[in-house]
Amino acid sequence: MKVEDKLFLDRFRVDEEPHLRIIDGSVCQHKCSDQPCLYFCPANVYRLEKDRISIAYEGCLECGSCRIGCPHLNIEWRFPRGGYGVSHKFG
Amino acid sequence: MKEAFDVAIVGAGPAGISAACLLADQGVKTIVVERGEYPGSKNISGGVLYGYDLYQILPDFPAQNCPIERNIVESRLWYLSKDGGYSLSYRNQIFAQERKQNVFTVGRAKFDRWFAEQAKKKGALMACGTVVTDLLRDDQNRIVGVQTDRADGDLRAKLVLLADGVNSPLAAKTGFRPEPKPHQVALAVKEVIELSEEQIQERFNVEPNNGVTIEILGVVTKGMNGIAVIYTNRKSLSLCIGANLSDLAQHKVKPYEMMEDFKEHPMVAPLIRGGKSTEYMAHWIAEGGYDSIPQLCGDGFLIGGDSAMLFNTLHREGSNLAMTSGRFAAEAMLEALEKGDFSRHGLQGYISRLQNSYIFKDLKKYKRFGQFLETHPELFTSLPEWASQAAREILTVNGVPKKEKQKVLWNQLRAKISPMRLLRIFWDGWRSVK
Ligand SMILES: Cc1cc2nc3c(=O)[nH]c(=O)nc-3n(C[C@H](O)[C@H](O)[C@H](O)COP(=O)(O)OP(=O)(O)OC[C@H]3O[C@@H](n4cnc5c(N)ncnc54)[C@H](O)[C@@H]3O)c2cc1C
Ligand code: SF4
Ligand code: SF4
Repeated sequence: MKVEDKLFLDRFRVDEEPHLRIIDGSVCQHKCSDQPCLYFCPANVYRLEKDRISIAYEGCLECGSCRIGCPHLNIEWRFPRGGYGVSHKFG
Repeated sequence: MKEAFDVAIVGAGPAGISAACLLADQGVKTIVVERGEYPGSKNISGGVLYGYDLYQILPDFPAQNCPIERNIVESRLWYLSKDGGYSLSYRNQIFAQERKQNVFTVGRAKFDRWFAEQAKKKGALMACGTVVTDLLRDDQNRIVGVQTDRADGDLRAKLVLLADGVNSPLAAKTGFRPEPKPHQVALAVKEVIELSEEQIQERFNVEPNNGVTIEILGVVTKGMNGIAVIYTNRKSLSLCIGANLSDLAQHKVKPYEMMEDFKEHPMVAPLIRGGKSTEYMAHWIAEGGYDSIPQLCGDGFLIGGDSAMLFNTLHREGSNLAMTSGRFAAEAMLEALEKGDFSRHGLQGYISRLQNSYIFKDLKKYKRFGQFLETHPELFTSLPEWASQAAREILTVNGVPKKEKQKVLWNQLRAKISPMRLLRIFWDGWRSVK
């Protein structure tokens, strides 16, 4: 089962305003050879498009991993606004 | 919100709701602020819950329609290699009869919602869909309430309990708790797989309403320090697998792919066959242990549950520590309110209660366990593979004398792990839990 299909099982209330932002794109391009956010994010939110990182924040599972797992602390992270984001039905 | 409260609680998880139940019951004006659209909507766990700790807060919880999935009568421990593995299990009828509410499974979205209803019935106010963005301080740096992302923003309270869980930018921002380092948390993913009640009863060999827990170590975490579990719910199974976040980053393993491989393991596949995935989730587990516990209270505030890093890795106990720390926090707050002393000194009852309880005693006892797992990767790689091969050889009947087999196996083990290293693993392992 692909991660896209897994995320399809969940209920999201998506805010127009993203709650995740890369602070400095050039750090990703030039200073981060491993780019671990492409691997550990359980929702595959971070993707490599051409040579820049794009953020599909709509499917974020709010685990917080990218907040501390980015070796350059290059991600501005906050919770989605109250009531927005993922909502579990079983938990 | 113009109104002022006695106590503001951040987070409607087991820690926050437990405190709210006890405070509201004593007539304390209490508000719980929760970022999810309802309590539990953001929360996950494997789903095992403990009757003892809940009973201390709500003695009549079974009669109040607590949404229990299955009462656990058997616990299994698996140690897996690529093709198979060892299974150790313990079952006792007592868990089905006399101790029905010892350990049971719940879905946290349902349980937390129900739990919050009980707190509401006692008079606590619940503000859902609201993120606490910062704490309010007075000119002497004492905490006097919280800031929220609502238009009518600030909320004043004599005391604030941070019960916002392990992923707490709030605790970090306010200097109570440093940000966890990637090796101090595990990142776990969970999938809920729907099956019929009959299928579950058959596959796990249990009566209706009874269930099984399986804790799993070995190669399924791909050489990383981690654990997997399978728990039975009424009409579904909870599958979780997780590993240390720094390991995941280093090994470049994608958590969802690790879950897929886990589901295909020959010990797992027959249990979930024909089941339908219905939910996928991710969350941290607070694995830092005793040494990562922050300062637990200060002027005007306390911190409890996962937010205070209270989690027992070895016994996967977290929600019970959260509930009981919430209870202790409530008791200490009642004392402080009575004395009118909201300083750190006035809240000391919280620390002494924790220190004298099983919470600190257990976490102290297993202080070294997390480090043991971290520094002995063989536990997740060569050791399970070798142990499995050993059993396979011994159980294969092919005319080769057992003595010869043992010799070959021993040599193979020595080639993988030196005898000194092996001794070290057993010695360190024993010391970390003794
Ligand atoms: C995969 C997995 C399996 C587990 N299995 C088990 C198990 O089987 N048994 C067990 O006992 N424990 C288990 N645990 C641990 C257990 O889930 C936690 O220890 C427990 O939930 C901690 O409770 P808590 O109340 O401290 O925090 P949480 O349950 O995390 O609750 C925190 C609450 O605060 C809210 N919140 C957070 N920040 C804010 C904010 N800024 N503003 C407003 N609201 C906020 C959240 O939405 C949430 O509702 C497991 C954990 C995981 C991840
Ligand atoms: S890990 Fe951080 S710095 Fe590296 S690519 Fe990802 S966001 Fe950029
Ligand atoms: S919080 Fe977790 S799920 Fe969301 S983007 Fe970061 S790593 Fe991915």
